[in-house]
Amino acid sequence: MSANCDIAFTLNGVKRELSVPAGMSALAMLRERLGLTGTKYGCGEGECGACTILVDGMSVNSCLLFAADCDGRDVVTIEGVVQSEAGERLRSAFVASGAVQCGFCTPGLMVQASHLIEQHPGADEAAIRRGIEGNLCRCTGYRKIVDAIASAAKPDPGQTPFSEGQP
Amino acid sequence: MLRAGDVTVLAGGTDLMPQTQAGRLRFRPVLMNVRRVPELKGIAEDNGVVRIGALVTITELLDSALVRERLNLLWQACDHFASDQIRNAATIGGNLCNASPAGDTLVPLLALEARVVLAAKPNGTLQIRRVPLAQFLLGPGRSCRGLTELLAAVEVPLPGAGFVGEFYKHGTRPGLDISTISIAAGARRDGAVLRDVRIAFGAVAPTVIRAPRAEAALEGHRADAATLEAAVQAALAEIHPISDVRASDWYRRELIHNMLKRVLTHVCKL
Ligand SMILES: Cc1cc2nc3c(=O)[nH]c(=O)nc-3n(C[C@H](O)[C@H](O)[C@H](O)COP(=O)(O)OP(=O)(O)OC[C@H]3O[C@@H](n4cnc5c(N)ncnc54)[C@H](O)[C@@H]3O)c2cc1C
Ligand code: FES
Ligand code: FES
Repeated sequence: MSANCDIAFTLNGVKRELSVPAGMSALAMLRERLGLTGTKYGCGEGECGACTILVDGMSVNSCLLFAADCDGRDVVTIEGVVQSEAGERLRSAFVASGAVQCGFCTPGLMVQASHLIEQHPGADEAAIRRGIEGNLCRCTGYRKIVDAIASAAKPDPGQTPFSEGQP
Repeated sequence: MLRAGDVTVLAGGTDLMPQTQAGRLRFRPVLMNVRRVPELKGIAEDNGVVRIGALVTITELLDSALVRERLNLLWQACDHFASDQIRNAATIGGNLCNASPAGDTLVPLLALEARVVLAAKPNGTLQIRRVPLAQFLLGPGRSCRGLTELLAAVEVPLPGAGFVGEFYKHGTRPGLDISTISIAAGARRDGAVLRDVRIAFGAVAPTVIRAPRAEAALEGHRADAATLEAAVQAALAEIHPISDVRASDWYRRELIHNMLKRVLTHVCKL
């Protein structure tokens, strides 16, 4: 079916309106139509997680999501995640831990990690490892990635225990 | 919508997208996104039956206290399902309609004697039929769902108090793998005797299957090693595994033999 669908959704906080082919993936829409290339195409089959985005606050593989299915929803990509405070913490933690080698898996991992930390603040190593099962990294062996996420998941050392749980 | 007939229903898209990309599936003239149909959502218990809306995601099943506490066999299967990203998107309705012989939720649902609720609106009036899962599934990718029918929900009778179940899935990459084989087994101990024995398998036949002869070998019997062995032998006579890229039929039989024994040992608390 080649018919187009008119969709309207929020992308990184900004309202967008678009006409997309019915069979197009959200990943193709983001990269090819909207020029947001932070979201990566790894496998196109839901195996690698390089294309992870947030839709209505839940992490999903954008290669498996139909662009048309973004209609009416709230979509956040890595470009949006890094603008948040949590995203900035993750970014510095990835750098500090040396969790980036070629960097191809990094955007997907950071989006997934931001979702993981939001759902399970203070997640331990086992929870982190399980949370990133859907993200493949060919370079790092995961140890440093897990460390980075664990340190970003810890409450900010600059904050007193009393302010825990507050924004 | 349901009247249109020639529609492709879209839920999470995790099966539909790869099938479309591979050219194995051509969209029918109407692509129907069912996400906004409220009747297809929610998990609720009524009169000893849990109704799970077709659009409920695997993550929502995992987060449900009702499913964890009362339908633990199903909960365990969800716990073994793919990755977080897939669980956030994949729906139980999609898993059922995809009718894979390896579908992870299908195995516990079959063991728990679930039935699917199919809805159609042929001439303006809503028609509902309930079909036991065993009759709904016809073969790999095939179900008895009519072209104009929508899967609205799956209904699962609550197992009796004391029912203990265990789900086992074998694959190489923890969740992401399609099951090489899977087992859902459960029973209730009545003193030394086993009751309500349920055994189902995934990926050893064209659909997920129950193992009635293995169940009969245990039902009403004392739970001991000899009974278990008899049940395992009965099960091996009931399965028809194939050899494919994931495993040979011989390896699948070995897996069923060894893992069914282990699962039953846990379930029977030997
Ligand atoms: C990387 C990867 C890993 C996976 N791992 C697993 C796994 O571990 N275990 C497992 O069981 N599966 C797995 N799957 C398969 C898939 O995720 C599941 O089958 C999932 O439950 C499908 O649900 P969906 O909502 O995404 O379905 P969709 O893709 O939206 O739909 C699937 C099919 O069902 C039809 N359909 C959906 N909902 C309805 C409805 N309400 N009424 C009528 N028809 C409907 C669609 O038209 C389509 O034909 C995996 C898939 C991928 C890509
Ligand atoms: S590109 Fe989407 S999971 Fe690999
Ligand atoms: S850093 Fe290269 S794939 Fe992860």
